Amino acid sequence: MNSSFDLNASFAALADPTRRAILARLALGEATVMELAKPFEMSQPAISQHLKVLEDAGLIVQRVEGTRRPRRLAKPGLEAMDQWLAMLRKALEKNYDRLDQVLAAMDSNKSKERKMR
Amino acid sequence: MSKLTLKTEGDTHLIVTRRFDAPPEAVYRAHLEPKFIQQWMLGPEGWTMPVCINEAKPGGKIRYEWKNSNGQGFYLTGEFIELKPYSKIVHIERMHLPDVTPDNHVETTFASDGTGTLMTMRMTLPDSKARAAMLATGMERGMEASYVRLEGIIGALTSSPASR
Repeated sequence: MNSSFDLNASFAALADPTRRAILARLALGEATVMELAKPFEMSQPAISQHLKVLEDAGLIVQRVEGTRRPRRLAKPGLEAMDQWLAMLRKALEKNYDRLDQVLAAMDSNKSKERKMR
Repeated sequence: MSKLTLKTEGDTHLIVTRRFDAPPEAVYRAHLEPKFIQQWMLGPEGWTMPVCINEAKPGGKIRYEWKNSNGQGFYLTGEFIELKPYSKIVHIERMHLPDVTPDNHVETTFASDGTGTLMTMRMTLPDSKARAAMLATGMERGMEASYVRLEGIIGALTSSPASR
């Protein structure tokens, strides 16, 4: 377990589209470097480099199984991402809460206009 | 009360729904008239929209500029494709952060729902990567400020080692 989980590092890791795609793939289940390299048309060293960034960011972990080292998503990293998404969702909700007020004001203005006519 | 839903569909879609206690006409207008947009499409606290250009006709231009008290800012540009009062708006938008994000095709529909309106926003990104980026960083309208903050965090992280 990485107790010094660094949210900034994980956001930085997310800045790259290939790394986001790797995370999306790992969301389906664990995979080896070879399996991860396949859909990306990238060399294994290039993928390994991305995996290192993701690992340092606390977003993925590896386990040793003979000569294989399958990677999977790391729970603390995922939870931090979830929190981030929840924050974004809150921002969207905030917009629509404000829109509720705008709509309420539109409605009362309309009633006033009607009275004036 | 959780009125908002946010979900993915297929590889490239993102669907947002929200119910409003106002008729479709009002919700539709609040999405198109700058004087209304500038009051609500602001994301987290602390952001304003000093520029709001919205030529509500097919081919019409969209430009929203956001600013915060620290002088940071970013903007969105887009074009309208279809407008069907008071039930549908189809447009394309992209963020400038300042790097430009992939085109997001947005179809927003407003359906009568009792005394209110059910809004459904269906976003289509060019590919699954672009949508993953959107989900990871929140390109969603109203999330832009957070996105900029994220960019700031990334920017600070990537520039600090070099500057030392």
